[in-house]
Amino acid sequence: MPAKSDIKAEAARLFSAFQLAGAMPVETDLLQPSDLLLDLYGEDIRARAYVTSDAIRGEQMLRPDFTVPIVQSHMKDGAEPARYTYMGDVFRKQDAGTGRASEYMQVGYEVFDRADPAAADAEVFALFADVLKDAPLQASVGDIGILIAAVQGLTTSDRRRAALMRHIWRPKRFRALLDRFAGRADMPPGRVELIGALEGLDVDQIVQGAGPEIGLRSAPEVSARLNALREDMQVGPIPAEELDAVSALLALSTSAERAAGELADIATRFGAIKSAAQGFAQRLNALKARGVDVGAVAYEGSYGRTSMEYYDGFVFGFAVNGSAPVASGGRYDALTRVLGQGREIPAVGGVIRPELLLEVRS
Amino acid sequence: MSLKLGVPSKGRLMEDTFAWFGARGITLERTGSDREYAGAVSGAQGVELILMSAGEIPRELAAGRIDLGVTGTDLVREKIALWPEQIETLVELGFGFADLIIAVPRFWADVSTLDDLDAVAASFRAKHGFRLRIATKYHRLVREHLKEAGVADYQLVDSQGATEGTIKNGTAEAVADITSTGATLEANHLKVLGGDPVLKSQATLFASKTSELSGDDRTALVGLKAKLGL
Repeated sequence: MPAKSDIKAEAARLFSAFQLAGAMPVETDLLQPSDLLLDLYGEDIRARAYVTSDAIRGEQMLRPDFTVPIVQSHMKDGAEPARYTYMGDVFRKQDAGTGRASEYMQVGYEVFDRADPAAADAEVFALFADVLKDAPLQASVGDIGILIAAVQGLTTSDRRRAALMRHIWRPKRFRALLDRFAGRADMPPGRVELIGALEGLDVDQIVQGAGPEIGLRSAPEVSARLNALREDMQVGPIPAEELDAVSALLALSTSAERAAGELADIATRFGAIKSAAQGFAQRLNALKARGVDVGAVAYEGSYGRTSMEYYDGFVFGFAVNGSAPVASGGRYDALTRVLGQGREIPAVGGVIRPELLLEVRS
Repeated sequence: MSLKLGVPSKGRLMEDTFAWFGARGITLERTGSDREYAGAVSGAQGVELILMSAGEIPRELAAGRIDLGVTGTDLVREKIALWPEQIETLVELGFGFADLIIAVPRFWADVSTLDDLDAVAASFRAKHGFRLRIATKYHRLVREHLKEAGVADYQLVDSQGATEGTIKNGTAEAVADITSTGATLEANHLKVLGGDPVLKSQATLFASKTSELSGDDRTALVGLKAKLGL
């Protein structure tokens, strides 16, 4: 573990490089109200963030990341376009046995710009590649936007598409649902019997007969879902060629340079991803225009799919194979919509962990 | 110094523990008045009985302040994150059976699995504007279980007692609690979700991996284990 003073010096170097690139330095509070973070991340955040309590301010969390407060403050009163940089500590509980630090510095760079999202993605990636160029790191990219387009384009019911969308950041659950909706895995135990038992009966009466109505979830909500389940039994399986295309997208592992061709190839079999695949090709061109050697950048079809993230487009990371990434980032347009209360702006950014960078360099 | 054995200080769990040791030729008993938490051991050399709250036994074992202890598996797993590194299971005692389960109102005719609960959580959040609330005191175990199953859009709310009543009181939509017979659930118009419980628990004799044993303590432990047939 490098000395704290060295980590701070390295952070300061990155922080000034980001300012030179045109970003405005910003600060955020260490204590963040936990209701917003809980609403965004769910219970997972409680397992990851340090929760403190205060008789007056209520539950507060020690800042688990910068992006959320920065998006919040930008959506409140930020000028457009905007480029921000920040440096400071974040706090995250770590799983047993990983030996990962639970308090560490991050230096970040965020771009809020409507003009040309592909160029903004390339700008952030190229800037990171530049400040990290003397470290032996493998750069990887992915594009969650392609996966989202694929889900939206599946031949199935709206409800099934929504269920898949909701679990896009939970790879295991997503796969289980996809296989079920494609008829390759069974329905949950008891589902077929349950629907069979509804045959010819009044759903409301079944609900009434099952027990007294208690709690906030009402009997009509229960009836509505029973009716939805009955409809769901009639939905045909996702066609095999679409399932194969999604599987191919998830499994794609190649260089960024070749990925564009592979994606175009998948798009000929599954047209729904055509425009998203072209979007990736544009990003690739924007990266080349900035001098990035895209032949040396890896493309991973499942990159950036973790439950603590909010990325919904281009994603990237710089890492030594198998270790926690030294730097990571991506596009998070949807987050600005959630925090913008009716307003939104395309946004992309990332963070570097200076102490990991020092470790890799030494 | 002697080998410190922590045993729940009251109720059924204490009586059953005393009976279990008694059946193996070791008499544990409370001494002094009914209200005094002092105990005596006969039939095993160099062992000291310490009566304490079952809920504190996991922490005391992990810290090495007691060498042996009887408590429920559920409490050890909930309270001690790295428990296999700090606590060793010696023997399951065959009583104090209880499952940590997730239960929902019985009239939820559409829900019988975690898969259903996940889907309901999504529509509940869309309709009510907040995440479906599950009342429990077993936060860590329940969170890990639901994460493994890919359940999203829920929140845990703390309930240290009378958990089954929270749904009727409007402070939760589902509960996760320990049950042995299911009678309380039934009385509160709840049903248990199908599939494996979050945890199957029973009274268990644990040994601390962190306590420091003197030579005499080691001798006492060997003698005790022999008597218990371990």
